[in-house]
Amino acid sequence: MSSVLITILSLSSMGIVAAIILYLVAQKFKVLENPKIDDVEDALPATNCGGCGYPGCRNFAEVCVNSDTLDDLYCPVGGQETMDIVANLLGKVALQTDPRVAVIRCSGSFENRPRTNHYDGASSCAVASALYVGDTDCPVGCLGMADCVVVCDFEAIYMDDKTDLPVVIDDKCTACGACVKACPRDIIELRKRNKKDRQIFVSCINEEKGGIAKKYCSVACTGCTKCFKVCEFDAITMGNNLAFIDSDKCVLCRKCVPECPTDAILEINFLPRKTKPDKEKIIPLNKIPEKVKTDIKE
Amino acid sequence: MLRTFRKGGIHPADNKLTEKNPVQILPLPEKVTIPLSQHVGTPAIPVVNRGDKVKVGQLVAKSKGFVSANIHSSVSGKVVKIDSLPDLTGYKKPAVVIEVEGDEWEDSIIQSTDLQKDITLSKDEILEKIRESGIVGLGGAAFPTHVKLILPHGKKADVLIINGVECEPYLTSDHRLMIEYGREMLVGTHILMKVLNVRKAMIGIENNKADAINYLKGISSYLPGIKVYPLEVKYPQGSEKQLIKALTGREVPSRKLPVDVGVIVHNVSTAYAVYEAVQKNKPLINRIVTVSGKSLKNPSNFVVRFGTSVQFLIEAAGGLPENTGKVISGGLMMGKALNSLDVPVIKGMTGILIVPGNETKRKAIEPCIRCSKCVTVCPMGLEPYLLMPLAQNENFYRLENEMVLDCIECGSCSYICPANRPLLDYIKLGKVEVNKIIRERK
Repeated sequence: MSSVLITILSLSSMGIVAAIILYLVAQKFKVLENPKIDDVEDALPATNCGGCGYPGCRNFAEVCVNSDTLDDLYCPVGGQETMDIVANLLGKVALQTDPRVAVIRCSGSFENRPRTNHYDGASSCAVASALYVGDTDCPVGCLGMADCVVVCDFEAIYMDDKTDLPVVIDDKCTACGACVKACPRDIIELRKRNKKDRQIFVSCINEEKGGIAKKYCSVACTGCTKCFKVCEFDAITMGNNLAFIDSDKCVLCRKCVPECPTDAILEINFLPRKTKPDKEKIIPLNKIPEKVKTDIKE
Repeated sequence: MLRTFRKGGIHPADNKLTEKNPVQILPLPEKVTIPLSQHVGTPAIPVVNRGDKVKVGQLVAKSKGFVSANIHSSVSGKVVKIDSLPDLTGYKKPAVVIEVEGDEWEDSIIQSTDLQKDITLSKDEILEKIRESGIVGLGGAAFPTHVKLILPHGKKADVLIINGVECEPYLTSDHRLMIEYGREMLVGTHILMKVLNVRKAMIGIENNKADAINYLKGISSYLPGIKVYPLEVKYPQGSEKQLIKALTGREVPSRKLPVDVGVIVHNVSTAYAVYEAVQKNKPLINRIVTVSGKSLKNPSNFVVRFGTSVQFLIEAAGGLPENTGKVISGGLMMGKALNSLDVPVIKGMTGILIVPGNETKRKAIEPCIRCSKCVTVCPMGLEPYLLMPLAQNENFYRLENEMVLDCIECGSCSYICPANRPLLDYIKLGKVEVNKIIRERK
């Protein structure tokens, strides 16, 4: 009996002594931290994606608390809502920023861009791009080895087997920018998110002369300036044989789309045109397949 | 006991199909495409215009900056285009296209094949001639030769190594050069010795080229300072640092140059080009290229003018076999598969290899089983199994500390890996990124 008692007593006293030592040490080496950092961190989405430019949500919270303004700070995943909450917590003002979405600017599918050789090296766009021009003759187009899919933390990109091109699932994309950094060819752009995820953009970044670009890809932008001439809102700029539609200026009037002789301008998530059914140009490859759509709803 | 380097190395099958085939002179093509960047360093600036008539050996592009090389016309004819054209990688780089008309040489070039032994020029004159002639390292790296010959301030070399190792399978261009142009090559070696002010030259040749070793030993026996050393057959002995270790026992420290241990290495083809430039006034306009492959009808060694298309070269060797899987520029181990046959022969191209389809396919990648074979074969003492995931995970700072920049890209690790892992592919990527980080730091 007594041995049991002695055991309990000695162990508990050791525990108490250890607890006191630990308490004293903790007091001695206490790191004073602004309690607001915890509050801000709780408000953030806790995805640790690095889309804000800082390593992890806690680091971003620290920066938010310590900086004077929130002007250069933006959490793309949480969006404006989250930034408003953070601003409220800290008594600062968050800038109004439009939500963005990633867009793949290449339509070089198997049909549009014939494959001229077969690559069997390491399956990575970064490796292939450093090595050579790719399995088509286009020096700037998508290599189709899914570096963007690998880096996406939100499963918002998948490879379409039929076209060998990545497809962004608009609902899941948080515009964190990881894919933009991962793409060695800078094909992916973050564009303004419009109503119903509608988007009009030039799906090509080839800066070569029209005749040459057309040779290896039937949907290349040839720099013919037809879209530039028809745009009434100065949203289209021309440079280096390439048209570019500024997503902040574009009002989604769709006038430029039928003008394009090579179908390089894509319109996504629009209803089919009623007036001119023969000029309907909705590209099926950017539609989300039925299966994926149901996944999102669930 | 033959000399060799100690650490790592592999023994791929030799397959020197063309070692007994004498060098043939390839007929002139209809047009040549001469890229303006055939060397390591800044691309050259074109000095001819469209429509200009050029002669063989005329300067078409002038070197820009110190690490750069002049480029000369390899044919006579008319400049028809100066434009961006696909190079070996398929990316477009500036190039000059010349349509061939006749074969008219510059008057200053001595075309006779008589051996000219006497070196009359002074050290500076020789150096200037080498620079003017646009000579680059012909072993494959294409580093401008004059840069290597001007030693950094305060450094001194005491040994010149002439690299006749040719450890790559299939390639025999250096082997044939040593046999057919051995005397000229030795004069070139003397010229290099005079420029570098060294008294000792070591010619390293692997033991599978017995005829070349015996021939060069015979004709160099009365020459002071030059000695031929047979070496054990082991890949990658042709690499600069491995050859220095094999011949002199000296080890080049990490991120240092051979000159830091008092050695300068030049290829046998480079020595021959130096002879031609200095004694015959002939700029670098052609080289010996091995066209080989088991499925090829007539594997051969050709003297090819730069700018000739690879297609033309393969036609001359019997045409492209039907079952071809890959056409490789350079050696089997370190060469690069071409994505088009319409690319020109350039200064650094040692060979064209035709590999049948059934031999080219990479096998399925399996997980690393930690067998450490890659560590055993790495001639630089690196740990490829570790470097690959570090590069994949973009851990570039760690990668730098693991000495990734010491990698000579010989491919021994990928060759030996039983799990077929693409080790070298990712290590190369890591090197590019680490170099970027280092450049940013400056």
